[in-house]
Amino acid sequence: MNRSIVLATALTVAWSMPVAAQTKDANAEFEKFRAEMEESNPAELFELKGEELWKAKRGPKNISLAESCDLGQGVGKVEGAYVRAPRYFADADAVMDIERRIVWCMTEKQGFKFEDIAKKPFQGANDNNAPDITNLVTYVASGSKNMKFDMPLHDAKVRDAFETGKAMAAYRAGPYDFSCNTCHGADGKRIRMQNLPNLSTPEGALRGVLGWPGYRMTGGVMLTSQWRMNDCFRQQRFPEPKYASQAVTNLIAYMTGNANGQMYKGPGIKR
Amino acid sequence: MKNYIATISGAAAVAVLLAGCAGGPSRSEAEYRQMALDTIKRDFQTKGQAKYERLTADEVQQACNAHANNPPPELAAKLAGAQLATVKLPADGKYLGDWKEGEKIAQSGRGFTWSDKATDPAGGNCYNCHQVGPNESSFGTVGPSLLGYGKTRGNSPEMQKYTYSKIYNAKAFNLCSEMPRFGHAGALNETQIKHLVALLLDPASPVNK
Ligand code: HEC
Ligand code: HEC
Repeated sequence: MNRSIVLATALTVAWSMPVAAQTKDANAEFEKFRAEMEESNPAELFELKGEELWKAKRGPKNISLAESCDLGQGVGKVEGAYVRAPRYFADADAVMDIERRIVWCMTEKQGFKFEDIAKKPFQGANDNNAPDITNLVTYVASGSKNMKFDMPLHDAKVRDAFETGKAMAAYRAGPYDFSCNTCHGADGKRIRMQNLPNLSTPEGALRGVLGWPGYRMTGGVMLTSQWRMNDCFRQQRFPEPKYASQAVTNLIAYMTGNANGQMYKGPGIKR
Repeated sequence: MKNYIATISGAAAVAVLLAGCAGGPSRSEAEYRQMALDTIKRDFQTKGQAKYERLTADEVQQACNAHANNPPPELAAKLAGAQLATVKLPADGKYLGDWKEGEKIAQSGRGFTWSDKATDPAGGNCYNCHQVGPNESSFGTVGPSLLGYGKTRGNSPEMQKYTYSKIYNAKAFNLCSEMPRFGHAGALNETQIKHLVALLLDPASPVNK
């Protein structure tokens, strides 16, 4: 009970934060604010919803993910699953990030239609609620709080995903000739006032994966790494990556692999 | 000679062994580039004005992709020359527009994303990557600061022509530049580029105060 009051307060504070301010101090101000917010992280609300969804019997096959979905740590086990993905899943014969894997479980185990999930996979600025898949990812990610990233890079298939992701990050095309590396390939770069992590370094890659899934104060929405990749391709002036596709997994594998060995703090707060 | 070869193959064997233990990459960079391309071609779709065809790299992009943005000098010179030939200089021979209009274009980051309307004019995105005027403190650092550009470089006809051409097609001067080819891509028209040249070179522009 108490918890939900704290959460409600946190959400109100988040809404009233002057995020539009693009002054030089904005970054420092935001960091201070985030530190305060993390005491009563609004992401927790989504974790709770995700936990309910994880345990509920759902879908045409009326089965829960808790009793059917193996995220790589054994059926139903969420602890450590997020920081140990992307990984190879033999039953799907594919390397998958956690969001892609949960989607796979929802379609293969629970009988949901992929098209229905992919129709609106991310929370929009005007949506009151996050999609189920976002809540589920947030719940699973919370099971890796304060654990080190440990993507199994020694697995040849995971290594292939990592290396392919690295090559994808360098691929330039489109009307502006952009690649990920145009914006994220060197240290200390900014677009306007926004600091751009250099994804090829351990520190930059960590910044790329830390705090996702994250509660985004611009719009007050909960978003996943899959969304972040989607929106960066938009800024890159590329067409859209298909939802939960191998392309997106490869990029997440590239970043996570470079962040390996460093601490994940759980679902976070984003500008 | 034999010894030399033996040492090399020995070293290679050790390298392979190490890579094996550490789970290093099992394919060449060229193979991974091809796998990346195959994945991109399979896993993307048209959205709004961002058509699927955008994924196909043109010859400049291809050369930069294949050589990690550092193509062999002869190839780079040949392709840069071809890019310079695409620059359409103003028919009236005038390069300087209105710097005030230039500032507006430099500020706008709009254009070419799937969430932009294709019929809306694109902006220059200049502040996304460059410091330009002294009154805007929210600027990016992907490109060098252009503050004082005309003051230090002068406002000669050659500088005007260079600046116009650079904005029109940045790759004509630096093949794998991270700066877009605004004229070549159809993002900015002649009038808009002239306004930007004025923003950078006009002695009355705040950039040069
Ligand atoms: C045109 C520039 C541009 C391109 C190209 C681009 N990004 Fe980004 N990226 C940004 C900006 C701006 C942000 C937002 C930073 C912020 O909000 O502080 C960002 C944020 C991110 C983040 C989140 C960082 C954080 O602090 O949480 C990740 C991860 C990321 N980008 C990855 C990528 C990948 C992978 C690609 C290629 C598919 C890519 N980006 C392409 C500009 C770009
Ligand atoms: C995606 C980032 C990006 C954007 C957007 C961008 N530039 Fe650049 N620009 C660069 C980079 C990087 C360089 C340095 C490398 C080079 O010379 O190509 C550069 C170089 C330049 C130069 C040459 C400077 C010199 O010393 O000769 C000029 C002039 C310039 N930019 C003007 C502009 C203008 C005007 C705009 C807006 C229409 C713009 N740029 C938009 C990245 C960008």
